[in-house]
Amino acid sequence: MKSTGKVVGVNGNMVTVEIAGDIKLNEVGYVVTGGTKLKSEVIRINGDRAQMQVFEITKGIGIGDPVEFSEELLAVELGPGLLGQVYDGLQNPLPELAEAAGHFLERGFYLDPLPKDQKWEFTPSVEIGAQVVKADKLGEVPEGTIKHNIMVPFSMLDNYSVKSIKSKGSYDIKDTIAELEDSRGNVIPVSMSFEWPVKKAIKCYAERLRPVDPMVTQIRLVDTFLPVAKGGTYCIPGPFGAGKTVLQQITSKFADVDIVIVAACGERAGEVVETLKEFPELLDPKTGKSLMERTIIICNTSSMPVASREASVYTAVTLGEYYRQMGLDVLLLADSTSRWAQAMREMSGRLEEIPGEEAFPAYLESTIAGFYERAGLVQLKDGQKGSVTIGGTVSPAGGNFEEPVTQATLKVVGAFHGLSRERSDARKYPAIHPIDSWSKYKGIIDEEQTSYAYDILFRSNEIESMMKVVGEEGTSLQDFVIYQKGELLDATYFQQNSFDPVDAAVSPERQKYLFNIMMEILGAELDLSSKDEARSWFNQLRQVILDYNGSEWQCDAFKDLEEQIKKTLAEKKIRVDERAAALMEKI
Amino acid sequence: MRKVYSKIDSIVGNVITVKADGVKYGDLAEISTSFGDSLAEVNKLDGDMVSLQVFAGGQGISTGDEVRFLGHPMQVSFSENLMGRIFSGSGAPRDNGPTLNENLIPIGGPSFNPANRIIPKNMIRTGIPMIDLFNTLVESQKLPIFSVSGEPYNELLARIAMQAEVDMIILGGMGLKYDDYLFFKDTLEEGGALSRTIMFIHTAADPIVESLQVPDISLAVAEKFALQGKKVLVLLTDMTNFADAMKEIAITQEQVPSNRGYPGDLYSQLASRYEKAVDIQGAGSITILGVTTMPGDDVTHPVPDNTGYITEGQYYLKNGRIEPFGSLSRLKQQVNDKTRDDHRALMDGMIKLYASYKDSLEKQSMGFTMSAWDSKLLKYGASFEKEMMDLSVNVPLEKALDNGWKILADSFNKEETGLKSSLIDQFWPAVS
Ligand SMILES: Nc1ncnc2c1ncn2[C@@H]1O[C@H](COP(=O)(O)OP(=O)(O)OP(=O)(O)O)[C@@H](O)[C@H]1O
Ligand SMILES: [Mg+2]
Repeated sequence: MKSTGKVVGVNGNMVTVEIAGDIKLNEVGYVVTGGTKLKSEVIRINGDRAQMQVFEITKGIGIGDPVEFSEELLAVELGPGLLGQVYDGLQNPLPELAEAAGHFLERGFYLDPLPKDQKWEFTPSVEIGAQVVKADKLGEVPEGTIKHNIMVPFSMLDNYSVKSIKSKGSYDIKDTIAELEDSRGNVIPVSMSFEWPVKKAIKCYAERLRPVDPMVTQIRLVDTFLPVAKGGTYCIPGPFGAGKTVLQQITSKFADVDIVIVAACGERAGEVVETLKEFPELLDPKTGKSLMERTIIICNTSSMPVASREASVYTAVTLGEYYRQMGLDVLLLADSTSRWAQAMREMSGRLEEIPGEEAFPAYLESTIAGFYERAGLVQLKDGQKGSVTIGGTVSPAGGNFEEPVTQATLKVVGAFHGLSRERSDARKYPAIHPIDSWSKYKGIIDEEQTSYAYDILFRSNEIESMMKVVGEEGTSLQDFVIYQKGELLDATYFQQNSFDPVDAAVSPERQKYLFNIMMEILGAELDLSSKDEARSWFNQLRQVILDYNGSEWQCDAFKDLEEQIKKTLAEKKIRVDERAAALMEKI
Repeated sequence: MRKVYSKIDSIVGNVITVKADGVKYGDLAEISTSFGDSLAEVNKLDGDMVSLQVFAGGQGISTGDEVRFLGHPMQVSFSENLMGRIFSGSGAPRDNGPTLNENLIPIGGPSFNPANRIIPKNMIRTGIPMIDLFNTLVESQKLPIFSVSGEPYNELLARIAMQAEVDMIILGGMGLKYDDYLFFKDTLEEGGALSRTIMFIHTAADPIVESLQVPDISLAVAEKFALQGKKVLVLLTDMTNFADAMKEIAITQEQVPSNRGYPGDLYSQLASRYEKAVDIQGAGSITILGVTTMPGDDVTHPVPDNTGYITEGQYYLKNGRIEPFGSLSRLKQQVNDKTRDDHRALMDGMIKLYASYKDSLEKQSMGFTMSAWDSKLLKYGASFEKEMMDLSVNVPLEKALDNGWKILADSFNKEETGLKSSLIDQFWPAVS
């Protein structure tokens, strides 16, 4: 029996409801106001009263308004047709909503997440009599660039035998494609879609593995020095305007994964529009199809209701876990996790919970940890591997990383790409601070070599700070050259022009190639007789390498410029430092 | 006839509570006090206890004053008759014109469906090189001026407004000094723009709660005009006053503050206003230029900080100039690839060099010998400040770009600029 209730209090987006009957924590209910049903979620139960967060604007709700409960937890619908969709935080398809309701997000409109009448070409993979359990494959349909497995719904916990299965043919997501008989002889019809509660992780795999393979982003600084692994987690904290969103946008375009889920969580609507309008036009070089076909956008931007903002990251990760069950590599990019944390804070404040630091709730840390825990590389029962990688931006108040959300996130992630105001002010993009940032994962280039480059960078930085104290005149020529080498590495390898058609994305192959050239330069002992000569030589070299970076891989200009780099270097190179020589031997 | 309640239960700061029934969240009420009538808005319901924030403030309200609920939330009249008119924060005439009651529309409506947005594409020219060249303003952008008090931010706002090619201007003033209000009025009048301007003005002398309605009322009207095809420029000054009014109410209602007394939903509150900026396919647009004064010149103060995370950049006004660092237009890349081939490269390259100039300046101030390179940078920095940053410069973008190359050529060799060789070949000025 579904319970009912009536509103006895309204405070912001929280309503207090007097209930008749039983309800569950996190159960979905609808506040009925002026004929419109407003979706809400139970977040606290106390005696015969429940507190609910309303996923809509609460204007106009009055005391006594009826509430209808659904007996369901907040859930998403899983099945073919998710790819290419643009949803709000509760999986409402926004383009369809616009068609139905016009320019504005009128409240109380809820549409089916998956197209009901689209037909899918189903190929069965089990036979009658087969024994199956949850998440076992029953068949597949092609969806965009992938093969979409049709699986036994994850909430079916018994052992089943297949009573019937549809033959190859085209069906819609509500057609019964199989009948499964449970251990007590009940026959359960199964279609291509089913629901799953967003706050529960999908764990239908054999085991979780340690993430090892790099997830290539085509960003040099990331892939070479601060790598992210498939199935790993990383965060991008940074002050406003430092380039978090641009970094994620580039990653969403160029990352080497099967599926990208973009969760625009409490940020600007305009930024999502860029993705929305661009992706259908861009081709994925791997598949030759439009990028949109491998992308799902969850868009709950800053002016949309905060309660659904809180839900949106879970909606996103649940969709990610679903595709991971098919043996695919999924990348979830959440921008910004701070807005999600703030949504929690708003609700916690209305519940009058005892506040922690900066008024965030006491459970902030465990909630953040729980979210990132849903990433991971897994081995499925059929031996295939799938992964969910999570990258979240963090927007710390005042750009200061010593704040609860950044700190809680740093405790759980595997890589930290910290953006620096100094670097973004100086237009050094991507503004990831190369020294403060870290990664626990393996990159595309051997660590011994990257650490050689890093050592020079460290030294260069030390010398730079020293130079601020003793001046250029108090710095030896030798140190000055090391300083210049560090600057060159920064300008030509770390910095990358995301708006240049060539430099925006650099293949691992080309990264390795350029890195070898950098090694030759960094490891070279140079015949430079004065600081002015050194500066002008490095300027010249930098200029050629920048042009080189902007030239098409292996085209004529590329080869010419490479010759020029080699020639410029040869003019001043005396010999190669031993450690560098040994490392280059290895390549 | 609506019920009148004449027993006010509590009065704390600007918030009163009354026992009443049939009231909806967000509804308006009218309170009759011995000082006159004031509007109030329901901001909490708890059983039959209704809390209201009183626009005219709590001062002087008596427990026996009458509260009459109007049965609807805040509304504003929308028609062509608004043009050229001046209203208060609650929509009452401030000029000598008539009260408008026709075609009432709600304020603070739902947000625009992101799927129906389009990518902004029209540059708004201002003649200010720090804007046009380095931080291009784009139609439908939301962008505040970050400023210390005492800077000429309202002058800058008015100058941009007068130069911008828009169909109409809506000025939302919050805590505006009376002189500034008159300044805007005079400037708009002199520029012949008053007849296409609507003002919602809350001055520093008015009750603080009334300023809370200003952004919503301004933007609700802007939205309607934009839907009718108008390019609307909304000026909101000063949003820090708006945030402070919110803070005051939050503290009165004993909300747990998150940061320096500001409520935890400051970000969402500001965002729901700024996100009204939009370019509507086949219709008009809303561009929002705001002012956010920074208490103590502290950009990490919660108001500028949260604002920076919401808006599409900011102009950082300091010492009468728009600072290259800290200033940003996030929409510039939507338009600056269509202006001139050298625009983007010059924009980044010149700022990088200006950053180096700042380093040299620091070295110089510490008494170090200046290398040949430092001297070049010093020369460059001085020209940059004079020809690019000085707000008295008023030139079209193309001229500003040409000037940029001239400054570079006067100060550096080609390869010292870090610019792409192909651009240098095309644009480097011939030696005269
Ligand atoms: N890699 C890049 N190359 C060139 N420009 C960049 C790059 N990254 C950022 N920018 C510039 O900086 C602006 C701000 O970047 P972005 O929107 O990514 O910042 P953010 O860190 O996400 O800020 P917020 O926290 O306010 O959302 C961009 O609009 C662009 O002009
Ligand atoms: Mg961002």
